[in-house]
Amino acid sequence: MTSTPTSTPTSTPGQTAGPFFHYALPYDGDHLLVPPGSPGATWLHGTVRDGEGTPVPDALVEVWQSDAAGEVPRLAGSLRRDGRSFTGFGRCATDAEGRYGFSTLVPGTPFFAVAVFARGLLHRLATRAYLPGSSDALLDALPAERRATLMTTEDAHGLRFDVHLQGPHETVFLTYPGEAG
Amino acid sequence: MADPMTQPTPPTPPHPTTGLEPQAALDAEMAAISSSYAATLDATGASEAGVRRDYPPYRSSRLRHPTKDPHQVDPEGIELWSPVFGARDVDPLEADLTIQRGGEPQGERMVVTGRVVDGDGRPVRRQLVEIWQANAGGRYVHQRDQHPAPLDPHFTGMGRCLTDDDGTYRFTTIRPGPYPWRNHHNAWRPGHIHFSVFGTQFTQRLVTQMYFPGDPLTALDPICQAVVDPAARARLVAAYDHDVTQHEWATGYRWDIVLTGAHRTPLEPEEDA
Repeated sequence: MTSTPTSTPTSTPGQTAGPFFHYALPYDGDHLLVPPGSPGATWLHGTVRDGEGTPVPDALVEVWQSDAAGEVPRLAGSLRRDGRSFTGFGRCATDAEGRYGFSTLVPGTPFFAVAVFARGLLHRLATRAYLPGSSDALLDALPAERRATLMTTEDAHGLRFDVHLQGPHETVFLTYPGEAG
Repeated sequence: MADPMTQPTPPTPPHPTTGLEPQAALDAEMAAISSSYAATLDATGASEAGVRRDYPPYRSSRLRHPTKDPHQVDPEGIELWSPVFGARDVDPLEADLTIQRGGEPQGERMVVTGRVVDGDGRPVRRQLVEIWQANAGGRYVHQRDQHPAPLDPHFTGMGRCLTDDDGTYRFTTIRPGPYPWRNHHNAWRPGHIHFSVFGTQFTQRLVTQMYFPGDPLTALDPICQAVVDPAARARLVAAYDHDVTQHEWATGYRWDIVLTGAHRTPLEPEEDA
């Protein structure tokens, strides 16, 4: 099918996003996967904290998700949103209090895929933000207090999902087979 | 006679003015980690392909790295896909960082190009590549960077492009200068370009930095050295490529990015909108 490679390339290591990504990675409408207040819109939000519980004001959170019917969106336009197309990708830099938030749809599948970048974080972190009441093999395999770190909770604003990079409430972070980074 | 390697390192006092540790203290810490890694590699043959999450010489990582082992899962659903980016997302002019501010930026004009491929060498097609960097004087356009080097009114230092069908990205920019920071006293980051890349799947999402060949600062830099395996670290260094260099216009560097960890078969037809 394909030519045999003479050598197997090996993965490019990760490096921290550093403190200066703010003029490059965020963009207008980055965290608005749907216009706020539009039909079906929710607010997925939380705070990123370090090992002492201090908010992290220079983190970047990405959410990747299916649409409300559970389909994987295959539409372009995440960087220049048209207000109609649901692309399933959003990005939000944390504010001075470590908070992020997304105006988005509740996915038709059990979890949002979440990536976290920050100064002081040498490699991006991957996790899942599960909808309340979800259950699957990953959740079942975790002790209750660890499982709780992957669950969103409903609040007055929408769905809350805090990220703890370290410490007693450290979020369960994920690796995948074959990943290096 | 005592082996000099086993003598205790004399304590290194903080700098009297800044209160920061000297480079020598960082060098000793980094050398100890390197020796320990080399010994483990000799004993077990298990090399580390990636960057350490816990690397104490990078001081701001202390409270920001997970201390529990990550949980390995088979990716499913959305984790097997990446967003679609298209012509509406990225203007081709965004790949030229030298034309964004109505004038010519100062510094060494350079082209940086390469391919984004998966672990089997297959191109990652039509995917987003974002870069950001300091200017030729080592200064970032960011309010938190206030060190006394000049801003360049003609240089912002951010760019975007989509890879082509061969997985190739290409930027025209200015070679970034070294940048001082306060990890320790007289700490200087080697010149580098930040890269944000997407593979074909969430599992491959990568943010990293590209360095330049022959830069004496990489050996002193705790971020670069957090990739403890020398061969893996070398994969962060671009190659000067005279075939990329352009007559009377720009020097050229080539840097390929390899994203392992894909799971969905690439034989499925693309479903671009």
